[in-house]
Amino acid sequence: MTRYLISIYQPDGPPPPPEVLEPVMREIAQIRQELDTAGQWVFGDGLHPPSTATVVRATGDDVLLTDGPFVEGKEHVGGFMIIDAPDLDDALQWGLRYARATRLPIEVRPFQGKSTT
Amino acid sequence: MPATSEIERVFRAEYGRAVAVLVRVCGDIDTAEEAVQDAFAAALERWPQTGVPPSPAGWIITTARNRAVDRFRRESSRDARQAAAVALLEWDEPGDGSLEEESVRDDQLRMIFTCCHPALAPNVQVALTLRLLGGLTTAEIARAFLVPEATMAQRLVRAKGKIRDARIPYRVPETHELPQRLRSVLAVVYLVFNEGYAASAGDRLIRDDLCAEAIRLGRLLHELMPDEPEVMGLLALMLLIESRRSARTTADGAMVRLAEQDRTSWDRALVAEGQALVRRCLAIGRPGPYQLQAAVNAVHADAARAEQTDWRQILTLYDLHLSIAPSPVVALHRAVAVAEVDGPATALGIVDGLDLESHHMYHAIRADLLRRLGRDADAASAYDAAIARSGNAAERAFLDGRRRALDTK
Repeated sequence: MTRYLISIYQPDGPPPPPEVLEPVMREIAQIRQELDTAGQWVFGDGLHPPSTATVVRATGDDVLLTDGPFVEGKEHVGGFMIIDAPDLDDALQWGLRYARATRLPIEVRPFQGKSTT
Repeated sequence: MPATSEIERVFRAEYGRAVAVLVRVCGDIDTAEEAVQDAFAAALERWPQTGVPPSPAGWIITTARNRAVDRFRRESSRDARQAAAVALLEWDEPGDGSLEEESVRDDQLRMIFTCCHPALAPNVQVALTLRLLGGLTTAEIARAFLVPEATMAQRLVRAKGKIRDARIPYRVPETHELPQRLRSVLAVVYLVFNEGYAASAGDRLIRDDLCAEAIRLGRLLHELMPDEPEVMGLLALMLLIESRRSARTTADGAMVRLAEQDRTSWDRALVAEGQALVRRCLAIGRPGPYQLQAAVNAVHADAARAEQTDWRQILTLYDLHLSIAPSPVVALHRAVAVAEVDGPATALGIVDGLDLESHHMYHAIRADLLRRLGRDADAASAYDAAIARSGNAAERAFLDGRRRALDTK
């Protein structure tokens, strides 16, 4: 098994209205349930908006803190999942499920370390 | 005693097969390539004395396997490598099934689908396919695509790194995913062919080589997937276009239009093979873009003189093409047939409705229609637009000639 990071890229701004969001969240919970059952779920959660982020830089002995996300842009990672999968095709299938559920672009990227399973 | 050239021929013919088998056995492309290169180095030393063995491919694969075991033993500092070496040692000797044609074919199919995996960028898919299936050197691929060798080398290293680290699987896709996955494989082969055919710049010989390589890959795909109509369609399309190679340019490299080509110089053997494939694939009843493009070319090949071209049949084929895979480019080519059947004015009406401003063919076809309608000033500016957008010197020279002809009327 290889461990993959599945990131959801989300446009900045207010979240969609409940009647749009609720079915999406239900589907996401369903996918998580299936990953759990398959023994492939490791971790995952949604993030607060990028305006809540703080960047920390160390230069010599100084520490520089800046408000806001590291990458400027109109889209940021809105949440991520970590899963175990036998190969990229399997990981991409899960990525596709998230893409269909959220209608948002999904990035699938392997971790360097191997999963224990 | 075999000449070095004979060993080079074996190398080109067998490299892809050997690497495909070794990748399955070693589980790693780099190790497989190193082992196969070691085996060919050994062949260069031994074959001049012993002669080429009865089964050069078997000899290469067995030798490569042994070299891979040696390498694993030398380098095995980790359990994983030890385990891999054991797996290699336990691999059955050729003759008891492991080198059966069928299993080698399956390995080659796996290799094709791995090289053309949609998670890899199209230009990377092309480079990997030429390297791992075609056995072209990095330098050859770089020359063909007009990029520095270091750039191409890095592109290949990165691609192999992604296959390894992201774990792109070494397998043939399931039936339900095959149509989509096959599309990217066919696109890669056709891209290789077009790169050779377009001859926009660079070494002419290498470009001819690319066409030959694309046709070789097309034949291989057809052999591996004999029932796939689009595979037949692609092979037929390439053979029919290739049949016109010598008629397509003058001795000094200028482009000759289809209508003005010396049809007696078309390669009849390639035409016959292409046409037979067109008939076979269309009979299956699952038409696709490559089959229909091949069919259009087969109709052209049927006409002994340009005036005898059955444009109505070509128009019917484009109608079908548009209905199964609508695209403005197909509509543009269909307009050429419309011009022959219903006249240039009707065709111009269709072309003017297409959103293809950036496409040089759009302007070239428009220019020709305007010329036929006697609108010389409009034709001249359309030729200018086409010339400005063409990346091909021979084509620019051709368009420039057409534009000049307007002035001398």
